[in-house]
Amino acid sequence: MIPGPFTYHRPGSVADALKLLAELGDEARPLAGGHSLIPMMKLRLASPEHLIDLHGITALKGVVREGDRVVVRAMTTQHELLGSDVIASILPILKETSLLIADPQIRYCGTLGGNVANGDPGNDMPALMQLLNADFLIEGPDGQRTVAARDFYQGAYFTALEPGEILTAISIPGPASGHGYAYEKLKRKVGDYATAAAGVVMTMEGGIVTSCSIGLTNLADTPLWAQEAGEAVVGTSLDDAALKRAADAAIAIMSPAADGRGPVEYRKHVGGIMVQRALKRAAARAA
Amino acid sequence: MATQAKKTQVSMKVNGVEVEGLVEPRTLLVHFIRENLQLTGTHIGCETTHCGACTVDLDGRSVKSCTVFAVQADGSEIITIEGIANADGTLSALQEGFRMMHGLQCGFCTPGMITRAHRLLQENPNPSEEEIRFGIAGNLCRCTGYQNIVKAIQYAAAKINGTEYQEAAE
Repeated sequence: MIPGPFTYHRPGSVADALKLLAELGDEARPLAGGHSLIPMMKLRLASPEHLIDLHGITALKGVVREGDRVVVRAMTTQHELLGSDVIASILPILKETSLLIADPQIRYCGTLGGNVANGDPGNDMPALMQLLNADFLIEGPDGQRTVAARDFYQGAYFTALEPGEILTAISIPGPASGHGYAYEKLKRKVGDYATAAAGVVMTMEGGIVTSCSIGLTNLADTPLWAQEAGEAVVGTSLDDAALKRAADAAIAIMSPAADGRGPVEYRKHVGGIMVQRALKRAAARAA
Repeated sequence: MATQAKKTQVSMKVNGVEVEGLVEPRTLLVHFIRENLQLTGTHIGCETTHCGACTVDLDGRSVKSCTVFAVQADGSEIITIEGIANADGTLSALQEGFRMMHGLQCGFCTPGMITRAHRLLQENPNPSEEEIRFGIAGNLCRCTGYQNIVKAIQYAAAKINGTEYQEAAE
């Protein structure tokens, strides 16, 4: 389990990292937390000739408030999200989800930027970023650009990120205060990717749902924003009929792969259950 | 295939001692620790980031040293199982807990369990049983069923906090 040989680079700034990416081209890969890339390298499924470690770039660390938004810089780890007061108070769904990712050792290393940029359909944060309508801030040779999380994912490991670009930060609009939230993840064991998972953020007034956004993980080759499923519960008291309508609308857009986590029909079935559970738990938390 | 990458010099503080070595960039931290430093207490279990037997403490974080390159740890401070005992050589509270509570059978997972529990107790000196189980979820043990590992960590927490360890009624 020894990776192929490579040259290691540790730039001190985003500009230096971009310069290295431009010079070294296709043979270079940026390294964030490394807990997707290094296992792939050990299996020789990836053999980059150059690794550009982003850990030396302090400008890629931290969680800050910018007006109504929360900006999480790309190299912020899941463990740091768990310890962030800003996340706990404004985006508690990120905390709940971080706790369901992998295991403690991996959360000390794994970063939000790596999780969303990798394009692995099993990763949990992309669906969350879609349901929250986050923007990804990207820097490249031609400067900065922003891509909405809802437009970023094109297929398994295919994203809007172009060669030579680095995803530097995630900008998330803060949900309304008093919102309810939940992330429900069915997995076979600690550390596994989801068999099916659903995230919900909703607001309620007088027992009636006033807004609802739903995201789905590992139920297609990209994360899914289940727009119709969310709309199906708005204006209802989240009675059984509304829950079923939402689950059915979510199931209609799922196209999971059959794998060790179960056949397609099973994964869609439990995907619908995750949607219903997340809706109920989010409603119970909505003020 | 690229030609053999040049070796680079790394230095770090391991168990309070400054060490250095010449490594290929692809050298995993666990191999540097075991082969260059000859500290073989850190075990290689699954080599696939699952089992946690290779867990070490790196700048105050528990990491699986099979999934970190030695070059990434350049300039860091590391604690391995060899650095867990008290300065006078006596067993630390955690080591004593694993002994008293029979927290091991074959012992293969124990170095990783203890280094992980060391960081867990630094972050949460008085964890509940549930917090202990959640906190060691990245460390696999195929012998004990975890029951006595949890008790060992509870024992250590009580000892560090100066309270009496009360074994929960079965």
